[in-house]
Amino acid sequence: MSTQLEFEKPLLELESKITELKTFSTDNNVDLKTEIEILENKLESMRTDLYADLTPWQKVKMARLKERPTTLDYIKLISEDFIEFHGDRLFAEDKAIVGGIGTIGGQVFTIIGHQKGKDTKDNLKRNFGMPHPEGYRKALRLMKQAEKFKRPVLFFIDTPGAYCGLGAEERGQGEAIARNLIEMAALKTPIICIVIGEGGSGGALGLGVGDRVCMLESSVYSVISPEGLSSILWKDASLAEKAANIMKLTAKDLLEHKVIDHIIEEPVGGAHKDIDVISESIKAYILQEIKSLKETDLKILTSLRYDKLRNIGQYKQSVTL
Amino acid sequence: MIIDMFRKKKKYSTIQIKNSSTVTPKKRTVSTKPETQKKTGKKQGVIDPKGIVKCPSCKEVLLDTDIKRNLNTCHLCNHHFRMTARNRIKALVDQGSFIEMDANLTSSDPLEFPDYKGKIETAQKKSNETEGVITGECLITGFEATIAVMEPHFMMGSMGSVVGEKITRTIEKAIEKDCPAIVFSASGGARMQEGILSLMQMAKTSAALAKLGESGNLFISVLTDPTTGGVTASFAMLGDIILAEPKALIGFAGPRVIEQTIRQTLPNGFQRSEFLLERGFVDKIIARPDMRNTLSHILKLHQKEGA
Repeated sequence: MSTQLEFEKPLLELESKITELKTFSTDNNVDLKTEIEILENKLESMRTDLYADLTPWQKVKMARLKERPTTLDYIKLISEDFIEFHGDRLFAEDKAIVGGIGTIGGQVFTIIGHQKGKDTKDNLKRNFGMPHPEGYRKALRLMKQAEKFKRPVLFFIDTPGAYCGLGAEERGQGEAIARNLIEMAALKTPIICIVIGEGGSGGALGLGVGDRVCMLESSVYSVISPEGLSSILWKDASLAEKAANIMKLTAKDLLEHKVIDHIIEEPVGGAHKDIDVISESIKAYILQEIKSLKETDLKILTSLRYDKLRNIGQYKQSVTL
Repeated sequence: MIIDMFRKKKKYSTIQIKNSSTVTPKKRTVSTKPETQKKTGKKQGVIDPKGIVKCPSCKEVLLDTDIKRNLNTCHLCNHHFRMTARNRIKALVDQGSFIEMDANLTSSDPLEFPDYKGKIETAQKKSNETEGVITGECLITGFEATIAVMEPHFMMGSMGSVVGEKITRTIEKAIEKDCPAIVFSASGGARMQEGILSLMQMAKTSAALAKLGESGNLFISVLTDPTTGGVTASFAMLGDIILAEPKALIGFAGPRVIEQTIRQTLPNGFQRSEFLLERGFVDKIIARPDMRNTLSHILKLHQKEGA
């Protein structure tokens, strides 16, 4: 049973009414077939309408949903033989980022992603998917290894942000992310990045530079959390909904601004409603894109990656003579 | 037993709050950087119109003219006041050698963000600059370099599309001219009014630095007060050589955000240049009056053979 989101209430109410009606009709032997059918049709159209038109804030809620599949959930379903590796060889093992190698559709990939917990206990271990510098340095170690062994890299992005704490600062959170950015920009192997849940600022970008960047339909990606923005703008974190609605953080917004290349459609109601279907879509996307990426000469590949990044941003250039 | 359950819950919830500064702690959450800086800005003080100023560090009364003569530093205790980008360039480069680039780039408000246009106009009037960074080509004691200096008085030097583009062009110009690039950082981080486009400037500038590296040219990053957020997590920390001015605030998360996350007051000197030097993230701390000579020294040692 999934956690109920506020906006899903009418849907669930109708659903329970239909169940009630069905029980009533069997218990009392009354024929309510037509009524039930009408209601079921209504439910279906309501469902389609509701999820087709989620507000940005509703998508934020969806992206953060406890039931939403995580990196390891997807890896299990798209890779037959994934083996996880640990540690940055410098300081520690950070469980907020997982990484390893595995076969997808017959091709070996290095797979790295943020990992959120499934429950509170798990979340404490995973630090709620908020990595320390060690996480980024582990990712770097694994991607350099991928380059060495000529394996493509697949990133799953799902973090509220890089962790803000004493140790993280002391060990160079900024440096760790920056290092990944410069290395990913020039890594001589194909890179595919997929935002599966929350794309939280620099902490997300630290695994987010690639030849293809795509997002699941109701994932979000932003420079700051809606709560963070609203507390800066209006000194009130509770106005997060208002903030979310102006900050252009949905997959559709990012596609429009040419920050991402593609959106992967989710099953009606969200990725968690049918993880097999969404995993199939993700796998299909990866296999489709990797084909052309692998065929591209590495020099051209990195230069195309550069051009892609180079063109992000909008500004006015007035003519001065 | 029931009591145990409650205890556990309580423990869980504190930890959750502790870890979820991005979710909803009291007031200001994530990246209150601009405000943090506003506070420090006030503390450091604008130079008093009467020509007298009290040093916030040693509390001595200083003459405006003395401060200016010492490049906005206190000659008694070496306190570094903030400095405009324009004045900094003037103090660094050989007279008449600076050729400004891309001053005609301005923000287009790509997300149609509320009040952003007004904020830009105010910042332009206040700083007398078009955007948060001044870039160009220059000579430093005769050595060629391209230079970008961030302007802390323009929306806290925050990085949006224009700042990212201008810094990228500065780096590309260095590749084209086969010379070093120097960037002086002073920034609260990514500019939230341009949302994800600001975030992507981190990747763009870093990618340009990868290219500069491939071309075999030097990148010097100079960190000044404050260097935080997305700027720290991109070009600022990617210098072949990283210099810092004394006691500059340098970090990924702003101090207030960290205090909220860990629910403790930060130790004195945390995230200051000296702390970063000790932790191995900065090559050298250089006082402002010595900056030009130090840059000259480093540039000289990087002269290419036959140049």
